[in-house]
Amino acid sequence: MSGEAGAVSREPGALAGYLTFQRFVGVLSVLVVLLCATVVLASLIGSVHIDLARALNGDLLDNTDRVILFETRLPRVLLAAIVGGSLATAGVVLQGLLRNPLAEPHLIGVSGGAALGAVIAVIVVGRGAFAETGLLPLAAALGALLSVGVIYRLALVHGRLQPYVLLLAGVIYNAFAGALILCVNAIADFYQAQGILFWLMGSLATHSYRLVLTIAVYSAVATVWLLLQTRHLNTLSLGEEGAMQLGVDVHRVRRASFIGASLLVGAAVSVSGIVGFVGLIVPHVMRLLLGADHRLLLPASMLAGAIFLIWADTIARTALGVVEIPVGVVTALCGGPFFIYLLKREGSKAFG
Amino acid sequence: MANSQESSLPFQAANLCFRYGAELVIDDISLELRCGEMLGVIGPNGSGKSTLLRLLSGVLQPERGDILLNGRPLAVYTRRQLGRQLAVVPQETIIEFPFSVTEVVLMGRSPHLGGFSFEGRRDLEIVHTAMARCGVSQLAKRSIHELSGGERQRVILARALAQEADILLLDEPGAFLDIRHEVEIYDLLHDLQREGRSIVTVLHDLNLAALYCDRVALLKDGQLMRLGPPGEVITYRAITEVYETEVYVELNTLTGAVNVLPLSRKYREKLAGQEPERRTKKPAPI
Ligand SMILES: Nc1ncnc2c1ncn2[C@@H]1O[C@H](COP(=O)(O)OP(=O)(O)OP(=O)(O)O)[C@@H](O)[C@H]1O
Ligand SMILES: [Mg+2]
Repeated sequence: MSGEAGAVSREPGALAGYLTFQRFVGVLSVLVVLLCATVVLASLIGSVHIDLARALNGDLLDNTDRVILFETRLPRVLLAAIVGGSLATAGVVLQGLLRNPLAEPHLIGVSGGAALGAVIAVIVVGRGAFAETGLLPLAAALGALLSVGVIYRLALVHGRLQPYVLLLAGVIYNAFAGALILCVNAIADFYQAQGILFWLMGSLATHSYRLVLTIAVYSAVATVWLLLQTRHLNTLSLGEEGAMQLGVDVHRVRRASFIGASLLVGAAVSVSGIVGFVGLIVPHVMRLLLGADHRLLLPASMLAGAIFLIWADTIARTALGVVEIPVGVVTALCGGPFFIYLLKREGSKAFG
Repeated sequence: MANSQESSLPFQAANLCFRYGAELVIDDISLELRCGEMLGVIGPNGSGKSTLLRLLSGVLQPERGDILLNGRPLAVYTRRQLGRQLAVVPQETIIEFPFSVTEVVLMGRSPHLGGFSFEGRRDLEIVHTAMARCGVSQLAKRSIHELSGGERQRVILARALAQEADILLLDEPGAFLDIRHEVEIYDLLHDLQREGRSIVTVLHDLNLAALYCDRVALLKDGQLMRLGPPGEVITYRAITEVYETEVYVELNTLTGAVNVLPLSRKYREKLAGQEPERRTKKPAPI
């Protein structure tokens, strides 16, 4: 040991196996390029063929290609990118905080909580008022935060987080929130109720750049905020005590990260209803490809989540021709089997 | 003189009491860690050694009693300040995600770095040196999940070194290690001690305690039974009483340190009923 020290070069350049700035920039650049390509490609794909040259020609009158591209496809693709990025980022953070690779906003009931928050807000205040102010994501975030709090408390047994209690608590909270939403739905007037059900199933259809911008601002703020916690999230994988002994103020970091993740889930759920499994699949694949360091894992998962949901939504709106499948159905069809596979792999650990 | 020395004590604990639930696990323990010494903590399973260490590291709060770190109450330090002064090697470390060995050692720099930043040249140098000293440089890129118990233990020790703290609290750093790596770890601790660090280490190997520690604290059922130089604490009488098993104690002819030999049932029965004097090879203290 001390003897070996002399033999090993003292040049830190010889150090390997950690995140360098070059690697950080390199990986994220590749993902940004892929995302841009995805946005362009997905905007061109759809049930109606559009002529790109024609669509980009601003001089033509009555240019349906242009209308479809810029007023239907592009806002929808952008919204899918933001929602996918938010859900994947929230997945990374929840997994890190709960030290459980199976934690996912939908599975552990956070999306359900957000949906409940949004529905109650819409019923009480009315959708119109929220559309004006762009505060619906905030109401959903509050619902998400509340559910995180409740589920976290439930899963804390003798001061330790029990993974199986966590998943069970999530399932139960989801069922409970779902029942409450149906309850509210039954009480609310017919017109609103229809809207709620459609929204809950998960759709990214939008014509509003204003909505896209609002959600983008929420997500960007929360993501930057969470990025500033990423080293602490790394340390937290040593457990609460280990992190404390490495100088981390665990309670502050946990509070900050729960709030950030809730904002992301709130923003996503308020526009797209419940889209499950993005926060499970994307972080898991990224962790396999890039390693566990949250400083890279978080932004990389955000970009990959955006790419993933854009394609999932493209499938949702094209697979059956003119009829649309809810995007949540597409992600669940991919995510269900994936979850089973993870459960079998992680099962012995999570349920041991 | 006595006063200035007292305020420079790395640790000073007085009348510590702690319980998990109803049972008193730490029962009125007072001890101090002197500057530059290696203090060993020994005692049977469940006697409270790990709990004592967790109290000292501030992750548990004592029910009663005070802990002074460098003369000031533990509570006045922020976690970040503590992380720069105290490095802890826990009894077991479970790391949830597949971090590489280098990444785990880099975590030791956490108390010196912000929430999002890249490690500077100095951090990398420190980590590099720490890994070399603990003999884990060649494992750098491996996942922490793919190491043997002993390899992982040395990685965690490297992480503690990377913290560059003046005080080390170690909970069985030699567990899982083969004899070569075990003595190498204690030699390394000895070197660190000579560089001026103060060390508390829990250990089960009484012979290593006698060989390396300046003083030894013997715990039983949460009480401090004895505290002093190994030769005065690790005696036939104390060990048989506290561990409730027959042992053979002698002074090693090479090192002059106390040797404690656990005995199989055959020899325990053979020696039973004899005078304690007959069971130690003189001049080992009884
Ligand atoms: N988290 C906990 N909750 C409840 N009781 C605990 C907890 N941790 C330890 N104990 C109990 O406290 C007592 C002291 O435990 P401690 O871990 O300090 O023992 P130890 O001396 O380190 O033992 P070992 O040699 O086995 O490591 C034991 O009786 C143990 O059962
Ligand atoms: Mg112990």
